[in-house]
Amino acid sequence: MSSVSEDPDTGIPPAEVPDLPPPHAHGFWSRWVFSQDAKYIALQYSGTAIAIGLVALVLSWLIRMQLGFPGVFDFISAEAYYQFITMHGMIMVVYLLTAIFLGGFGNYLIPLMVGARDMVFPFVNMLSFWVYFLAVVVLAASFFAPGGPTGAGWTLYPPQAILSGTPGGTQWGIVLMLVSLILFIIGFTMGGLNYAVTVLQARTRGMTLMRMPLTIWGIFTATVMALLAFPALFVASVMMLFDRLLGTSFFMPALVEMGEQLSYGGGSPIVFQHLFWFFGHPEVYIVALPAFGIVSDLIAVHARKNIFGYRMMVWAIVIIGALSFIVWAHHMYVSGMHPYFGFFFATTTLIIAVPTALKVYNWILTLWRGDIHLTLPMLFALGFIVTFLNGGLTGLFLGNVVVDVPLSDTMFVVAHFHMVMGVAPIMVIYGAIYHWFPLISGRMLSHRLGLIHFWVTFIGAYAIFFPMHYVGLVGVPRRYPDISASFVPDSVATLNAFITVAALTVGAAQMLFLFNVAWSLARGRKAGHNPWRAASLEWQTPEVPPRHGNWGDELPVVYRWAYDYSVPGAPRDYIAQDDPGHRASWSHVP
Amino acid sequence: MTDATAHRSPPRPNGLEGVAADWASDQRAFKTASWGKAMMWIFLLSDTFVFAIFLISYMSARSSTEVEWPNASEVFALHVGQTELPLLLIAIMTFVLISSSGTMAMAVNFAYARNRRRTAQLMFATAALGALFVGMQAFEWTKLISEGVRPWGNPWGAEQFGATFFMITGFHGTHVSFGVLFLLIVANKVRKGEFDSGRRTWLCREKGDYEAVEIMGLYWHFVDLVWVFIFAFFYLW
Repeated sequence: MSSVSEDPDTGIPPAEVPDLPPPHAHGFWSRWVFSQDAKYIALQYSGTAIAIGLVALVLSWLIRMQLGFPGVFDFISAEAYYQFITMHGMIMVVYLLTAIFLGGFGNYLIPLMVGARDMVFPFVNMLSFWVYFLAVVVLAASFFAPGGPTGAGWTLYPPQAILSGTPGGTQWGIVLMLVSLILFIIGFTMGGLNYAVTVLQARTRGMTLMRMPLTIWGIFTATVMALLAFPALFVASVMMLFDRLLGTSFFMPALVEMGEQLSYGGGSPIVFQHLFWFFGHPEVYIVALPAFGIVSDLIAVHARKNIFGYRMMVWAIVIIGALSFIVWAHHMYVSGMHPYFGFFFATTTLIIAVPTALKVYNWILTLWRGDIHLTLPMLFALGFIVTFLNGGLTGLFLGNVVVDVPLSDTMFVVAHFHMVMGVAPIMVIYGAIYHWFPLISGRMLSHRLGLIHFWVTFIGAYAIFFPMHYVGLVGVPRRYPDISASFVPDSVATLNAFITVAALTVGAAQMLFLFNVAWSLARGRKAGHNPWRAASLEWQTPEVPPRHGNWGDELPVVYRWAYDYSVPGAPRDYIAQDDPGHRASWSHVP
Repeated sequence: MTDATAHRSPPRPNGLEGVAADWASDQRAFKTASWGKAMMWIFLLSDTFVFAIFLISYMSARSSTEVEWPNASEVFALHVGQTELPLLLIAIMTFVLISSSGTMAMAVNFAYARNRRRTAQLMFATAALGALFVGMQAFEWTKLISEGVRPWGNPWGAEQFGATFFMITGFHGTHVSFGVLFLLIVANKVRKGEFDSGRRTWLCREKGDYEAVEIMGLYWHFVDLVWVFIFAFFYLW
């Protein structure tokens, strides 16, 4: 395509990289299966993630059925229960949340929002999905393997993870789990390199880093973190796989099992915990930062106001990302560490509350005196703020060593992390789907069905997790299939039954959402070009839904940030990023 | 000749101000790096974490073991005639790998000059040295295995010795092997003149774009650098 020179009026620099068309598909396989279009790969990623996520949802029902009505369902043995909680946790954290935020939203939104035609290496991007798909298949295969999936808990702590007392420990379960994780990491790395390089090196003319929507900042930072944190899980998985298959003793101390001395000796289980949480804590923010970014954009668009403190928001994302690498051992306060470590990690943990709180304030200040439209994306964004705040506050409890010690391994912890990295990011995922569905499909999702979905999910989530805090404070430990015959008061059993009913109801509401998607794809109201009147670049494509290559003949030129809403004197209540009109000047930043 | 797209970047100040200007600019944060080069650098950063964590796990195992750690200069010694030469094989291996970095650097230089023959020759030489390294590593493994070293134990002390040794050198050797494979592929493309054909492929954006050679070189030097650390921590400690 043509060479571009400097724009004389605005001084926008000429194109540095030649604008070449992305590889075109020819034939069925390269169009519908091994597609190299980031938008299609995004849908493949999301579809696979949601499919395996449904398995995790069903597992959560089974978990709750056992906890709410212990002994009633005799097909749920203690072993099966352990397998359910393990697979539920691992699928939700890694195979659903990480995959859908980075592989799904990342693939769809990065090229569109920074004004690129596609990811920088579409072929590698395609491979990334298929390796991820393979990882999911291997994971799902463990359900059908002899002995079933691993029941080691999602943290896979050795030595129990590879001993015979744990379901799948000496059979296929743990092996398939570790292989699947290794595959996931390889697949993610291929995608992650694409996301990072596209943001850094493939932005369109005029798109500075400080003009990117916060969605991209969140996804970009999370991607960089994932590229640096997943290596720890990779190494830990390889080493545990060797412990299990080759009989090495990286993590295995000398052990006596069933009166028999095992051949292991000299390894350290604590090393695994350090490696796991060096991955595991950044992982929390790998899930949270894209959610932070997306929710910022949802709030700005649907409150018709620029995001409050854009630069602060960017730096908060980056600082949270950096800090999250030096807090990992707050997951190990009861594992046996030098007390000074606890002091250090408690301090860094609580420092993270500062940039995080700053973000919450800025969301609220964006809403303040905004023109709030209670659309579905806005409702889910508000739901996110509340649930995230709630989960964040209990995080302050657990970040302090002395408060954490009695609360460790109780249902309080379960309630905390489900609130902060379960419910909250999922609220954002739903908000984002309701927001971008018109862009992806050209049709709106049903508002009425969406309202039912939102209120049942939001109130239901509170009905599930709010009482769970009390259950934990009473002292009910997590990961116990049946505590009815122990010290806990009867009220706990009542609460547990209540939580189970709420959980099943919320689960049913998600089926309503799936129905909404299917129905709206066929029959939904036509969305038109930019139904939310959003200013960011992804809505400014020549065609909606955007075609392969995104931008038609000419790449867009960006003149402003993504948050010019309700600008006084402007002809409309938003000014698109590629609108050269009102108050446009290169030197005027943002 | 510099990067194929570098001349298209606008003039900018030098030093720290230049860095700030780059990050505040549109389009690209690294003005002289193409997409492929940026991708390789970020991949190497990620891979650095992998190797660092392998080595830290090894150091943790070694410094916390209660059994004696095998003495490296005895374990890794070779009998030559009547004398026991500590670290002889490993010294040769290291020399070979460092030399291969030299031939690689020369190949990159000739690629910029678009000298197809020399570039291909030097890349084949690099691949040959890499293969020689892997071969000697196989010999070293064979020797240790025949002396009774296993991932789960060895005759001289802590069983983590064999486990970490095979795992880390094996992981590095895998990197070298993949490097050799890709060197051969790229060298063959250079030899056939694919980068001068003007056909756009995933390794070549435009006629005369030899950047794939340099990106290959980045990887190769990285694998070399990692070896220096493995050498220091495993054989000299």
